[in-house]
Amino acid sequence: MSTGSFLVLFKRLKAKPVAFGSTIVVFLFVVLAIAAPLIAPFDPIASSWSVIKKAPSSVHWLGTDEIGRDILSRIIWGARASLSAGFISVLISLAIGFPLGLIAGFVGGVLDSLISRVTDALLACPFLILAIALASFMGPSLINAMISIGISASPVFIRLTRGQVIDVMSQDFIEAAVAIGSNPLKIALSHVVPNITTPIIVQASLTIAAAVIAEASLSFLGLGQQPPSPSWGSMLNTAKDYLESAPWMAIFPGACIFLLVVCFNLMGDGLREIFDPKLD
Amino acid sequence: MFKFLVSRILSIVPTLLLVSMMVFSLQQLMPGDPAKILAGEEQSPEVVAYFRAKLHLDDSLITRYGYWIKDVTSGDFGVSQRTEQPVLQLIGTKLPVTFELATLAMFFALLIGIPAGILSAVYRGSVIDHGVNVVALWGLSTPNFWLGILMILFFSVYLGWLPASGYVSPVDDLWGNLKTMIMPAFVLGNSIAAVIMRHTKSAMLGVLSSDYIRTARAKGLSEKDVIIKHALRNALMPVITLGALELGTLLSGAVLTEQIFSIPGFGKMLVDAVFNRDYLVVQGTVLVTACGYMFANVAADFAYFVVNPRLRR
Repeated sequence: MSTGSFLVLFKRLKAKPVAFGSTIVVFLFVVLAIAAPLIAPFDPIASSWSVIKKAPSSVHWLGTDEIGRDILSRIIWGARASLSAGFISVLISLAIGFPLGLIAGFVGGVLDSLISRVTDALLACPFLILAIALASFMGPSLINAMISIGISASPVFIRLTRGQVIDVMSQDFIEAAVAIGSNPLKIALSHVVPNITTPIIVQASLTIAAAVIAEASLSFLGLGQQPPSPSWGSMLNTAKDYLESAPWMAIFPGACIFLLVVCFNLMGDGLREIFDPKLD
Repeated sequence: MFKFLVSRILSIVPTLLLVSMMVFSLQQLMPGDPAKILAGEEQSPEVVAYFRAKLHLDDSLITRYGYWIKDVTSGDFGVSQRTEQPVLQLIGTKLPVTFELATLAMFFALLIGIPAGILSAVYRGSVIDHGVNVVALWGLSTPNFWLGILMILFFSVYLGWLPASGYVSPVDDLWGNLKTMIMPAFVLGNSIAAVIMRHTKSAMLGVLSSDYIRTARAKGLSEKDVIIKHALRNALMPVITLGALELGTLLSGAVLTEQIFSIPGFGKMLVDAVFNRDYLVVQGTVLVTACGYMFANVAADFAYFVVNPRLRR
């Protein structure tokens, strides 16, 4: 995306206050994750036996956990796991789904049938169950969780890209490019790809929200980020055993997942409205 | 009708075959020697050799797949390492619990989703519409494990009205069963209610602008009759398909919901299998889920075919 078109997008997004506000919140979470070592008031993995399960106070704004770790610091560091899982998983999905969808739609025939059947097979397995199975066979870690989520989410991109390619291929300008003898690779890369990116960007922004929830779910089940490194999902997993004595351990990490996912969803909806004015 | 059903079932055969290949290939992702991993901590040469022979690890990949699919199609999914029960039998004992949870969840989803979708469409642009949109966004964005925790905190810890976890069979105590299932079912149905809400709204908006609705109003029918007797019947058609498509969400959600509320169903069995490295159970669960999902889609298509007279022509 060029600087000019980025500015146009920014202006259009600004005209939609909810989507714009959500984008700012997402941006703030990104800043929080990047600047975690500078912002976090305490070491996220250092335990302190003198402040076990302390309620929110002026020292520990969001309280402490069962071994005296500062919850705010763990949330700030945990944003890294959630956001990196969100972005990297979607990049993996795109890296698998976009080329396969492009080939299926562009080449057609047997290759299209084969790719479409593989997509059907992947879609037949519910997203989270497939991700859990992949993560369990590969072993629990944040990287494997990202790979699992990326693979599980890729069929959506294969289908979307294929559909968009088939739509663009029926346009007159493609017929003209074929008529003047352009080679197929050039047609695919110079004429087809630039015309199908918009819906894929929109879908990517919505898939990030699903990936954030999926990473939190896998970490909640113990298949994502491994202790003592913080992640919002694993913090909730620990918190469920201390609901009576330390409810703040569960409230704040969950609220962060919720806020980030809502903002990604609203941002995605805003982008969809901008790119497809018929929805307004 | 029979012809439609047969052709639809035949159409999923290639996909089923690919799903089986995919599930089989999960074994290849295991780091290290699968026989040693499956043998567990004991790893005596006899046990390792048993698994090596059982999984035909010395044969080529294609031959191994051949053996595996032959076993699977004859109902032999292997034996759970932890419980030493046949995997299919184990899945069979857990499915009724998850089926009950999923049915109750769908009940909540329909109970909330359809009326909210209708209200949102009928009062489009009003405060009610905006309120419903906010609720739908909440439903779509709230991780069900967090909602579960919040509900336990409120209804079990503070109010003490409902048990925080556990399961009572409806055969033993129906009231006790409902008390343990009401929170998990609501948590699981929450996100599906949001999806149903959005679809009902969009279908109702399409139907309400149709000519036959204008005619019904022109004939002097009350608004209630127009909406319930004329618009809703047609608007609910897509919900049948949606119900089947949401089966995947229900099963995925059940994994987390059963974990939070300690319900001994299909989802908890999967998570327990993952942590006990009971790979044959994991493999069997994925295969059964995928097959169930595909057959649910066939059933939805068939139901759609039955209720829509135009498709039968």
